[in-house]
Amino acid sequence: MSLTLVQVIVSGLLLGAVYALFSSGLTLVWGMMNVVNFAHGDFVMLGMYTAVVVWTALGGGPFAAVPAAAIVIATLGVLSYFLLVRHVMRGPMLAQILGTFGLALFLRYLAFWTFGADFRTLPDTLVGGSFQIAGIRFEGSRVLAGGMGLAITLILHFVLTHTAVGSRMLAVSEDATAAQLMGIRPQRMQALAWGMAGAATGIAGALIANFFYTSPTVGETLAILAFVTVSFGGFGSVMGALVAGLIIGVVESLSAYLVGPVYKDVIVYVLFVLVLWFRPQGLMGKA
Amino acid sequence: MKEATRRAFAAAAGLVMLGLAASAAAQQPVKIGVIYPLSGNSASAGNYSKMAIEVGADVVNNGNAELAKIMPIAKGGGLSGLGGAKVQLIFADNQGTPAAGQNQALRLISEEKVAALIGAYQSGITVTASAIAERHGIPFLTAESVAANLTERGFKWFFRTTPVAIDFARAYSTFLREQKAAGQKVGSIAIVQENTEYGNSVASVIADQFAKDGLTVTQKIAYSANSSDVQPQVLQLKEKNPDVVIFISYTSDAILYTKTMKELAWKPAIMIADNAGFNDPAFVKSMSSLVEGLVNRSTFAGGKPGSVPYIFNELYKKKTNGDDLDDVSARGLEGFLVMADAINRAGSTEPAKIRDALKATNLPADQMVTGYDGVKFDDKGQNVLASTLVTQMRGGKYVAIWPKARATDQVILPYKGW
Repeated sequence: MSLTLVQVIVSGLLLGAVYALFSSGLTLVWGMMNVVNFAHGDFVMLGMYTAVVVWTALGGGPFAAVPAAAIVIATLGVLSYFLLVRHVMRGPMLAQILGTFGLALFLRYLAFWTFGADFRTLPDTLVGGSFQIAGIRFEGSRVLAGGMGLAITLILHFVLTHTAVGSRMLAVSEDATAAQLMGIRPQRMQALAWGMAGAATGIAGALIANFFYTSPTVGETLAILAFVTVSFGGFGSVMGALVAGLIIGVVESLSAYLVGPVYKDVIVYVLFVLVLWFRPQGLMGKA
Repeated sequence: MKEATRRAFAAAAGLVMLGLAASAAAQQPVKIGVIYPLSGNSASAGNYSKMAIEVGADVVNNGNAELAKIMPIAKGGGLSGLGGAKVQLIFADNQGTPAAGQNQALRLISEEKVAALIGAYQSGITVTASAIAERHGIPFLTAESVAANLTERGFKWFFRTTPVAIDFARAYSTFLREQKAAGQKVGSIAIVQENTEYGNSVASVIADQFAKDGLTVTQKIAYSANSSDVQPQVLQLKEKNPDVVIFISYTSDAILYTKTMKELAWKPAIMIADNAGFNDPAFVKSMSSLVEGLVNRSTFAGGKPGSVPYIFNELYKKKTNGDDLDDVSARGLEGFLVMADAINRAGSTEPAKIRDALKATNLPADQMVTGYDGVKFDDKGQNVLASTLVTQMRGGKYVAIWPKARATDQVILPYKGW
């Protein structure tokens, strides 16, 4: 195997870990409440802008940008839950879809209004430059984003399966009324899920801003990838999103390199349709 | 006496009213529809062009003493040919999609009743939007879409002020052959292009011209402008290691390529960008330190104090808080001024008269905001006096390096990058 091919696969794996990173928030909200957050891509976008603003305008530097984005988007998540999602959840499924879709448009045009249409990039990367191992090049900012993607996925997985809070959240997701009878406050758990998802999404945005451009419409580009990753891996499965992200990343890179960049999406989506054909619940989703 | 006074008053009042009515009728504004990407991936380019055209409309409506010495249309008080009617711009957002561009053209024509249309930045959208204008018999002028086939459709209402792919291809070809003569290696050339109308058509025209001139294109890479990742493409380049790479890209992909090339530590000896994304002020602002020595084309260069480009650039700077006009916004502004001049000469908002006036357009080089040799349309609606400069990134700004007659700076090679 040529060195370039190995490089392509490594790039694909790192890209996949990043996909997993910005999909984890989406899958968490779905797992908890069966709500698809169509504004997810725009949460990522606002996370990116938070990083850009904190880093450049406020002069906070890279180490303030990531936690700031986590806090801002977590707050946005909790607010969205209390002001919008809590209410539309009582309505039909369509109301939920249109509710978060409306939120997406609202946030996108709010960003247009506030930041303008300009593309922005961070002045430097959190982990500058790149390093080489055995002729394979690793870019610091992507390794960091990919590594954080893995870490956040594992942390979320651990919280959900091994802690009391996680058990309570899962209880609410399985049967909110029964959970309430057990003394759990469903709204508090759901707000917590939106907050956690927001924090993960904010961190994702801040890290992606390191090697991507930031613009009001960047959420559109990212949201499609997040939805594909999440349904590929199984809605609600945090580990599924990780596995799916890695597969999509590698398939995308390899097909772009071997077949041609114009065809890579065709190949990824054919694979996606095939998986859903044989496993409609996704790779690791519950049937 | 009292009676007479009253009558005089009444008569005077009547006269005043009449006068008001007459001037109101005369000053019915002329509506010009402008279709640009105001949202979507090319929104920043669209919004800069929008501001440039607003500067143009302001000059036509309210005048500018300095410009009036050179351009009759800048005298102020609106369009003199229509009794001082003001120009009213109606902007519409094509959202970066051909379907939205088409819908907006239809809306501007049927609901806003515009006298003429300008637009629509992306060639693929100009195709659909101008087809609507053609069907309704409304003049459509594109100031920046360069796809060759736009003027090959036999349209009767379509005009284009910008130089087109063949002009650029000839410029690149001559430029590269001159560099070869000066000792640069240009043996292998890669073309990297986004895969819609703009990228496809420009890439094929360049490839044809190069083949004719004996330059070898060894690698062609087409990609989708909305790509979230371009690493595989840069790795393909890195593996073949061509001497020259020509990028035909919009803004978001231009940023990704620039960043990824630095990450993967690869650069060619000569890197050429076909304008568009690499000329977007947003790109120049944030990425110029990573593309030092990038060769580009531009129709706009600052000009000497007192010249048309200089004065318009100052007005534009004031409006945008310090941004300079760039190739895209300057061409947009030029398109608007040509349209305003035609409507003024038509002396009417009747579409057929505006079209005839456009056909008779003959503007000299000294009235140009851009570096064109003037504006004069052929039978297909193409401006035969359009031309381009070759520029190079030098410390955060593009400077003119070719043709020699209009160059302000020397060529410096190889490409430095970051």
